[in-house]
Amino acid sequence: MADTGVQRTRRVFRRPPGSRRVPLSPPQVLAILALLAFAAILAFMTVGARGSWDFILPFRGTKIWAMVVVGYAIALSTVLFQTITANRILTPSIMGFDALYALIQTIIVFMFGGFAFATLDPQLRFVIEVAAMVFFSTLLFRWLFSGAPRSLHLLVLVGIVFGVFFRSLSGLMQRLINPNDFAILQDALFASFNTVDPTLLLVATLAVAGVSIAALRMLPTLDVLTLGREQAINLGVDHKRTVTAILMMVSILVSVSTALVGPVTFFGLLVANLAYLLIRSHKHALIVPAAALISVICLVGGQVVLERVFGYNSALSIIIEFVGGLVFLVILLRGNVR
Amino acid sequence: MIRAENVSKAYGDTLVVDGVSLELPAGGITSIIGPNGAGKSTFLSMVSRLLKMSAGSVTVDGMDVTKTPSDELARRLSILRQDNHIAARLTVRDLVAFGRFPHSKGRNTKADKKIIDQSIDYLNLSDLSNRFLDELSGGQRQRAFVAMVLCQDTDYVLLDEPLNNLDMKHAMSMMKILRRAADELGKTVVLVLHDINFASWYSDYIVAMRDGRICHKGRVKEIMNQSVLAEIYDMDITVHEIGGRRVSLFYE
Repeated sequence: MADTGVQRTRRVFRRPPGSRRVPLSPPQVLAILALLAFAAILAFMTVGARGSWDFILPFRGTKIWAMVVVGYAIALSTVLFQTITANRILTPSIMGFDALYALIQTIIVFMFGGFAFATLDPQLRFVIEVAAMVFFSTLLFRWLFSGAPRSLHLLVLVGIVFGVFFRSLSGLMQRLINPNDFAILQDALFASFNTVDPTLLLVATLAVAGVSIAALRMLPTLDVLTLGREQAINLGVDHKRTVTAILMMVSILVSVSTALVGPVTFFGLLVANLAYLLIRSHKHALIVPAAALISVICLVGGQVVLERVFGYNSALSIIIEFVGGLVFLVILLRGNVR
Repeated sequence: MIRAENVSKAYGDTLVVDGVSLELPAGGITSIIGPNGAGKSTFLSMVSRLLKMSAGSVTVDGMDVTKTPSDELARRLSILRQDNHIAARLTVRDLVAFGRFPHSKGRNTKADKKIIDQSIDYLNLSDLSNRFLDELSGGQRQRAFVAMVLCQDTDYVLLDEPLNNLDMKHAMSMMKILRRAADELGKTVVLVLHDINFASWYSDYIVAMRDGRICHKGRVKEIMNQSVLAEIYDMDITVHEIGGRRVSLFYE
């Protein structure tokens, strides 16, 4: 083909001969990520295993299950959200979900005390939290989408305002409760994969699976949405309805993952941007699995490091926020994010 | 045929488009001209369902654009607006291939691929087809978007200022391509143009808007005369006839 000459000269021009490398094709990247994810899971299951496998396998298996479900939910929700908002910096957390989660927990502790919070039936608490978050998001979207067509920016703005509002409210209540209650609350507000209830896990998995099936059927439409609202309409996508449906899916995913292990929403930004960086394609059929695999690698690998290197002396979200922050800064400084 | 009846758009108390009724015949190139703020782009956006009308109705071949399913319209009418920012990294071919979405729903067949190749060829983009959009010049990117719209293969092609940011050479070749699309492929092309000489040279019909209304419409010769242009633009414009075509001068 005539264009290969142009391509080759460009590549040589842009990369000094010594550092020249051929970019991996998306299937190759996916294969490597899958291997890494498998290695991370294997390491998690076997490193430092002493005692009976009858105990270790179910015990660690449950944790792995939680990490895979949560990691996948965060990856999918972030990619979906960034597709419909046509940007790569905002995440669902901008809509105020993590803040709402914190507020709901704070209110429970504030009203019933730390003891009641710690002893409340986890299933009941989970249902309340998911219901509250989905309710909040539905309310927000229905109100926003009955208005002018281009309201996604408004949505984001409203999310910021709600976030600040919820955070301030939580902050106020956290200052009013006694130090013991506050300690219990703060412990709950950090993501932890050590305290996941297996019964919650099944419900969460079903919800995430349901959303995934819906997303799978929308894959080509998602690709079209990358072109922006006007081109999507031009190509025959019912934009308003599609975006509303996807926002609902995102809100379910974020609710489930946040209620399961606490707010780790910054993590989504990290894995989504790494996926865009590695995959170099607009196809969601490639980006979503890549983001999910990166997510699993980071969570499971991070947990191994946390448990074996730091000896449980830290919370996973702290490591994630630290690494994520660094990577995000690098991406920003390199100017790859528009 | 595109038929607009009493189409209006109001932002608050300001009427941007004020009761426009217009019939655009099938076939040929129609240019919409007029000063800034005349409501040309707004009108085009409403015709192509990108923008909600405050009042009025638009039908395309008898189909109401606000009520017909969007994907059905997408097989009849395509629209390209001025600034097309895309967050993802796409190659020219990826972009053009999106034009088949209304027909294939993302599963492109051999026939679709052939049309994609033809569209890329049509705009002389074969050499650039594997380049990423952010590596192209403004004019090349504009051509890629037009290729996508042609790939959509609709009877009606609406373009909002397709000559924006193009130099003389590229502007000319763009107009030639559109002229060919109208003549060879039988497309109905509707353009918003600022350069009245391009409108004069390449269109069949001209619609002139001012203050949200249509002030003149007709064949090129009816619009390209001194008094009509003076009324549209509120300035002295001399019109010369060169080789049977009309050219205007408005530089002092």
